[in-house]
Amino acid sequence: MEKRYTKDRLRRSMMFVPGNNPGMITDSRIYGADSIMFDLEDSVAYTEKDTARFLVHNALKTLDFGKKEIVVRINDLSSGLGVQDLEAIIPAGVHVVRLPKTDSAQDVIDCEREIARIEEKHGIPVGATGMMAAIETANGVLNAREIAHASDRLIGIALGAEDYVTDLKTTRADGIELLFARSMILNAARSAGIAALDTVYSDVNNTEGFLEEVNLIRKLGFDGKSVINPRQIGILHHAVVPSEKDLKKAYAVMEAIAEANARGSGVASLNGKMIDRPVVTRAQRLIALFEADNVTEEEEE
Amino acid sequence: MQLKKTAVAGTMESGDIMITIEPKDAGGVDLDLSSNVMQQYGRQIEAVIRETLSGLGIENAAVQAVDKGALDCTVRARVSAAAFRAAESSDYQWEVRK
Repeated sequence: MEKRYTKDRLRRSMMFVPGNNPGMITDSRIYGADSIMFDLEDSVAYTEKDTARFLVHNALKTLDFGKKEIVVRINDLSSGLGVQDLEAIIPAGVHVVRLPKTDSAQDVIDCEREIARIEEKHGIPVGATGMMAAIETANGVLNAREIAHASDRLIGIALGAEDYVTDLKTTRADGIELLFARSMILNAARSAGIAALDTVYSDVNNTEGFLEEVNLIRKLGFDGKSVINPRQIGILHHAVVPSEKDLKKAYAVMEAIAEANARGSGVASLNGKMIDRPVVTRAQRLIALFEADNVTEEEEE
Repeated sequence: MQLKKTAVAGTMESGDIMITIEPKDAGGVDLDLSSNVMQQYGRQIEAVIRETLSGLGIENAAVQAVDKGALDCTVRARVSAAAFRAAESSDYQWEVRK
């Protein structure tokens, strides 16, 4: 079966685009985000849910977004709006459905059932559409592991921090308030072999604060982050590009492995140290990040 | 599709088009189009509006369109949304991407 999504791909940046803004939808591919996320939820007024669905449906059917991953954030199913969103976007060819306010594995299962029903109705192979779940409450964080394992369609789980800190009776601060949620989500994602995506940083004029947050989530191990302003994409991508020193070491590791393979030896070493599997995996990831950044720059030129 | 009331969809923002549809008993589709790219794209926008209405089975209507540089897919989206609002219908017939 041909799937519309790839589980294992680069997701440094996922850019939110309001679903009822044709100008922003049309321009969205030029900013270099790895994934574009059209939003039918919070950025669309209740009275404009119908017009936004028509807009996103027609944009998905007509516009060429190249190799970008196309995600649509739907309204939650309990609002009654989520199923109407799915009816519009599944036939239009969305790659990944982002489910908001995911509190339990059952939320994922319920959404998947609706997606499968709509795929079948339109003759689309059942299973073609991917999913991701945003976790935005204390309950969701505590259920993160079950959520991450709830469906084969899941490409990742994400933290939605604004609702989460409200649920915790706190506010966004220096990141300490999100440490538990981020750690839970990251470990849940890794245990399911899927992506971990961080929340938005809404103070778009505070570049320093944004960079601090990017460095923090990198150290924790996140794949990437949602962004709400195109200006954040370049900063984010630049911050995750490996340093020249790390890159040289990564290429040296890969060369040593290639030489060992050519010799028919299963053991490789570099500067007298044996290279074991985790070192190779990390080197491969670094090189992939570096090469992806070059591709993005070429696309933008 | 049976139109029941006057309805609007779209905005006056750049890249958008604002469509107003009013029911009419007979006489076909009257289209009043204004656009800041009228010279280059006026005929194309008119064709997309008429084709979308015809696809929805709307034969008679008074349509006002104020275009701010919308792409064809936006024109289609706004005409469809206004038409369903005017018909007070949510029986959307979503089609599969070809």
